[in-house]
Amino acid sequence: MSNDNPAAGAGGTQLLSEQTRREIDHWVAKFPPGRQRSACIAALRAAQEQNHGHLTKALMDAVAEYLSLAPIQVYEVASFYSMFETHPCGRHHVSICTNISCMLNGADQLVAHAERKLGIKLDESTPDGRIFLKDEHECLAACNGAPMMMVDHVFHEHLTPEKLDQILDELK
Amino acid sequence: MAEEFVNIEINGKPVKARKGEMIIRVTDANGEYIPRFCYHDKLPVAANCRMCLVEVEKAPKPMPACATPVMEGMKVFTRSPKAIGAQRAVMEFLLINHPLDCPICDQGGECELQDLSLGFGRDYSRFHERKRSVPDENLGPLIATDMTRCIHCTRCIRFTEDIAGIQELGMIGRGEQMKVRRYIESTVDHELSGNVIDLCPVGALVSKPYRFTARAWEMNAVPLVSPHDGAGSNLYGHVLRGRLMRVVPRQNETINEVWIADRDRFSYEAIYSPERLERPMVREGGQWVETDWETALARAAEGLRARAASLGVLASPSSTIEELYLAGRIARGLDSANIDCRLRQGDFCDQAADPRFPNLGMRIADVDSLQGLLVIGSNLRREVPILAHRVRKAARAGAKVALVNPTVFPYHFPVTEYLESAPSAQVADLAAILGAAAQLSGKSAPTYLMPAVQAATIGPQHRAVAAALANGEKRAVWLGALALRHPRYAELRALAAAIAQVTGASFGVLAEGANAAGAYLAGAVPHREAGGKAAATCGLTAGEMLGKALRSYLLLGTEPWLDAREDTRRTLAQAEFVVAVTPFASDALREIAHVLLPAGTFAETSGTYVNLEGVWQSQTGAAAPVGEARPAWKILRVLGNLLDLAGFEYLSSDAIRDELAGLCGASTAYSAPGYTGSHPVTAAGAVAAVVDIPMYQIDGLVRRAPSLQKTREGRTSAVTY
Repeated sequence: MSNDNPAAGAGGTQLLSEQTRREIDHWVAKFPPGRQRSACIAALRAAQEQNHGHLTKALMDAVAEYLSLAPIQVYEVASFYSMFETHPCGRHHVSICTNISCMLNGADQLVAHAERKLGIKLDESTPDGRIFLKDEHECLAACNGAPMMMVDHVFHEHLTPEKLDQILDELK
Repeated sequence: MAEEFVNIEINGKPVKARKGEMIIRVTDANGEYIPRFCYHDKLPVAANCRMCLVEVEKAPKPMPACATPVMEGMKVFTRSPKAIGAQRAVMEFLLINHPLDCPICDQGGECELQDLSLGFGRDYSRFHERKRSVPDENLGPLIATDMTRCIHCTRCIRFTEDIAGIQELGMIGRGEQMKVRRYIESTVDHELSGNVIDLCPVGALVSKPYRFTARAWEMNAVPLVSPHDGAGSNLYGHVLRGRLMRVVPRQNETINEVWIADRDRFSYEAIYSPERLERPMVREGGQWVETDWETALARAAEGLRARAASLGVLASPSSTIEELYLAGRIARGLDSANIDCRLRQGDFCDQAADPRFPNLGMRIADVDSLQGLLVIGSNLRREVPILAHRVRKAARAGAKVALVNPTVFPYHFPVTEYLESAPSAQVADLAAILGAAAQLSGKSAPTYLMPAVQAATIGPQHRAVAAALANGEKRAVWLGALALRHPRYAELRALAAAIAQVTGASFGVLAEGANAAGAYLAGAVPHREAGGKAAATCGLTAGEMLGKALRSYLLLGTEPWLDAREDTRRTLAQAEFVVAVTPFASDALREIAHVLLPAGTFAETSGTYVNLEGVWQSQTGAAAPVGEARPAWKILRVLGNLLDLAGFEYLSSDAIRDELAGLCGASTAYSAPGYTGSHPVTAAGAVAAVVDIPMYQIDGLVRRAPSLQKTREGRTSAVTY
């Protein structure tokens, strides 16, 4: 696509681990030749996993180079999707849903409780790097279990402050 | 393939439209206006502003006209309550975060958002929350940013990606946090970058030099022609009370479309340079004194007449054709045929075989549809940015482009073959390419070149270059400025023309200056008289005039120590008498000249430019001349009178042009072939040195445009290969 772009390739693909590359190759193979841009999300997810939960500029550049994209195209994707973190953050990603159903069932109090308990605000991580309280998350489509939250891709429903405490305490 | 048409209805009016065309193109073509921000005729469709929503019968929701293809029987309503309602709703959303700072916004008065909010906006805002603000980007010395005003149409992003070919801008974040951002650690320094200023529908990207200096409604737009390269891009000069405030593109689909190069846009700053010569000056003893026009002109005429036997006239190839014609008439009227514009040309020995005027060998508009192109000795993006853009379009459509240059100049398109060829190797490389092309086409090279071809070693790269010209209907071979500056240009040209001939490609020469073609027709070269006829007596070439000092010189809008191949100040300093008709007086000029006559720049004079396809484009003066400066054609006319030359009674530049046009005859379009000579290739030639001059050093205007000088390109120095 944009192999002729001199801006591409500032990072160095050696930053990507063997396993990450295999994962990216697996996704690239699913798209027609020349459409490797379509594998951008999957590639970023693999890179983020490799780096324990967040992306760095160097990693995004490496993904750009690996997929022959301009770095800006990768930044666009990484900054758009809420599942990508572009700043250092805690190991466990905790997103408390504050959308309408959860809000009506007390999500705001849950957020306040979590903030008080952990001593951090939304979009911040605990100093020990254990928990990252993700900023606003859109509806996760579990309104029947409101209020709910997602911890590392796992849904927890019908939350109460006590239940929240228990789940957070179990995170290592 | 026959085009298929469908019948649709727009607001009840039956219309025929090309199948698959977007609604907005059909409505535009039929005079039905649909509001839009992100849609632009020359850019890929994004459909992200939603301003162009229209009602389509049987569609449940309003459809974006820019991204909805027409279908048989479609009924489109652009002003129905549903369409207007959708458009008004979109406008309300767009205005949520847009600041209400129109009074201090440079775009005010020419803002698409302002205009459309008058038509579609509410007169009060229902949004009482805080508006967001966005930090500004530093996009360099040409473009000022106010990113808070951005409405995310992404035209600038699509321009840099699709037209410029660089992916530097992008959309970072989402929703409320979304903003246009640049790729970190790089600047926007493409030669066409200024076009994002015109594309931006709001005041987010505005011209930095022009900022806060005038309002759109106060100025008059005067059509101008670019004085920087042979494309002849069409411009508008925006003039406020006699002062040229800025330059913007004038649409001309056959030349520059809607784009102009940055140097066309920002070189006007030089008009008000501190080096402007405002009054006539003469040298008295060692001192420069200001004087009146009569004294200065009389002094000039007297000095030139006394030394007419040894007079050289050097003119800028970006002078108007009227100026060049009069300069040629003065030189020949004084029985000196020593006049030239080809100041940087490296080799004149085969000039008798020049075509009627140097030309592209094809129409500029046809460059887009080339299928094969070989460019020899040209840093095309620097030399003629608009042509480089068209070549890029052709390459993206599949044209095979091969380049033979001293080094790899970066292009933002797929290049089929780069042949790096040092100036000393270029003749041999072209001979090898000719050999490869002859083998490939089965035609034989011209006999006078056979020895060179037989002596050449044909490598795989030469074959690859020749292969780029092997297929397709439309193919071309161009020689650029680096080839023209080559000390063995005559041989390069003979070989390049032969390559064109055996491959069946057209042949063109990208001569330097806005009027390189006009100079030939006007008789401002030593071997051609006005009308483009071969001269009875051939005068000295620029190389000869600057090689050995003559007794007197007339310089027209040129600084030969910067515009010529080397520093010629020492030669010129030996002359007894130098008259300079010039907009600018630098210290260097004061050292060598004896009379300085202040002339208007391109924007202060009426005149005509002939571009590389032979199109004559006339303009009127836009700005009032600075100080006592006068259009150069008037200065030369009076000089002709004072020299007692007959027929210098012109009342207007039109009269001069018409007289010259009469001499040129009916047709002045380019005609094939571009070369009819038979210059042989000698076994070994001079050791070559070729200089690649940066884009913003090529003429007196760009050299004095401060904003251009501040760009990265403005800070690079010339490279000698």
